[in-house]
Amino acid sequence: MSRESVINWIVLAGLVAVPLWAHLSDEPFTITLATRAVILALAAVGLNIALGIGGLVSLGHAAFFGIGGYTMGILAHHAQTYTPVMEWPLLIEGTKSMPVIWGLSILFSALAAFLIGLLSLRTSGVYFIMITLAFGQMFYYFAISWAEYGGEDGLSIYVRNGFPGVNTLVPIQFYGLCLVALLIVLGFNAALARAPFGLALGAARQVPARVRAVGLDPYRLQLLAFTLSGAITGLAGALFADLNRFVSPTMFSWQLSGELIVFIIIGGVARLFGPVIGAVLFVVLEHWLGGLSDYWHIYLGLMLLGIVLFGRGGVIGMVAGRERSHD
Amino acid sequence: MTEPVLQTKGLCKAFGALRATDNVSIDLRPGEIHAIIGPNGAGKTTLIAQITGMLAPDSGQVFLDGEDVTRTPPPTRARMGLGRTFQISQLAMGDTVLQNACLGAIGATQRQWRLVRPALRDPELRDRAMAALERVGLSDQARSVTAELSHGQRRQLEVAVALTLAPRAFVMDEPMAGLGTEGSARLTAFLDGLRREAPILLVEHDMDAVFALADRISVLVYGQVIATGTVAEIRADDMVREAYLGEEA
Ligand SMILES: Nc1ncnc2c1ncn2[C@@H]1O[C@H](COP(=O)(O)OP(=O)(O)O)[C@@H](O)[C@H]1O
Ligand SMILES: [Mg+2]
Repeated sequence: MSRESVINWIVLAGLVAVPLWAHLSDEPFTITLATRAVILALAAVGLNIALGIGGLVSLGHAAFFGIGGYTMGILAHHAQTYTPVMEWPLLIEGTKSMPVIWGLSILFSALAAFLIGLLSLRTSGVYFIMITLAFGQMFYYFAISWAEYGGEDGLSIYVRNGFPGVNTLVPIQFYGLCLVALLIVLGFNAALARAPFGLALGAARQVPARVRAVGLDPYRLQLLAFTLSGAITGLAGALFADLNRFVSPTMFSWQLSGELIVFIIIGGVARLFGPVIGAVLFVVLEHWLGGLSDYWHIYLGLMLLGIVLFGRGGVIGMVAGRERSHD
Repeated sequence: MTEPVLQTKGLCKAFGALRATDNVSIDLRPGEIHAIIGPNGAGKTTLIAQITGMLAPDSGQVFLDGEDVTRTPPPTRARMGLGRTFQISQLAMGDTVLQNACLGAIGATQRQWRLVRPALRDPELRDRAMAALERVGLSDQARSVTAELSHGQRRQLEVAVALTLAPRAFVMDEPMAGLGTEGSARLTAFLDGLRREAPILLVEHDMDAVFALADRISVLVYGQVIATGTVAEIRADDMVREAYLGEEA
């Protein structure tokens, strides 16, 4: 087993053991922190498809996180106020069902990612970063001005949405649901990276001219990657909204897009568990350092600087070395 | 006479005042190796870029199997049967040798939308890639990371990737560059047989290889074809000797 797999298994064991321990010793706050970490990890794992394999540095992924969040918020808001989402041309009611909300969150964020990708993937490098940022900001300002759904104040949802067979009000059960979602997506990512699609996408990042020369279109490969990536981050947004029972325009903020990139860089770009390690470290630091100082971001910044300057493979790269498994 | 597989008619491409390609009409017939020679900066790579679709000509046309592909993007030309190698190796350095060959197989079979099963566990992709590596003598390096290959091995891999496409026509930009005597001799022997599978438009500086392989030679100077003919004709051509071969004679 490679050192990277050992790290992955340790992280996985921690994600199972710590919340269980917290549950048994009645520390619900720790479970909430862990849930937050897992959901942010899921969002970053989504981004890592575009960024890690595809080399697409999107500074607009908060758009998809927010779309997932608002999909949940709007549907649950209408369900709790007993008002329809729309009556014409067809009647659409709100819902408190997580499977339905998740499906729609994935659908809407995938659609948004497809449309944003369609335009922004025509550019590359700094222009791509800027145009994705611009799209993200568009959604942010739209959400702020959307008075019907709380505008700047956002929307509160009084009771967590339901999932068949699970009591989502029990923190450990909701956590379990989020962890399973993360594991499924990680499994999908691991497969994707080795599948013909992942191989072609990685080649499109490294040698686009070669990819064209063998009859493949980098643009289309990147468009699918961006769409899948946005869909997963959108799902994370729906879960995040359910964790907080609250959505607001900050879900669309560019700071969040930046944090997702930071998770990936801290953990290790293009490493399966890179974003997971990054998100966990972030949440832990946010909690510990945030309690010590309001300026805890400085420490995060220093850590990021250290990693970028001295250990470009992130935490995983530093521990497991540069070698990557090829099979 | 047989229909040419590949043909250009009056291709022109200027970079500012520089005419990099000046009214170039050449063709590639079934079974032949057509060598393009000319001094550095003559416009050979620019010509290839237009044939493969990476550069749009200012005027003129490119035909593949009689079909006008002048406005066809490179991936489509590749799918139509144009297999090319690059003067400067274009390989995914972080991937293994086998993965690079596999990329060609993915393009050839258009399996890029398969999202789950590992590419290297797909027997057809794997066999195609391995067969190509074997033919250029790289099968022992299949699992090596491409960045670890020697320059010569990278040149071999360039050829292998083109082989996975099983193209209708090969376009090769200086495949021998930097190979050394022994490597050049081996690749020369290999290309000699390859022409029976598909004709080769061969841009090459190595005159020994060109004279050994070419059925026809076109000489490009300042973007213009100043002569086309058999090896004997080109060797005897005064203008060519003066313009180009003079330095070797
Ligand atoms: N993109 C470009 N912009 C400007 N000049 C170029 C460009 N590409 C090639 N050239 C010029 O065109 C001429 C032909 O170049 P090239 O086709 O690479 O020659 P060759 O392959 O025969 O050595 C050279 O003078 C080169 O400097
Ligand atoms: Mg050249």
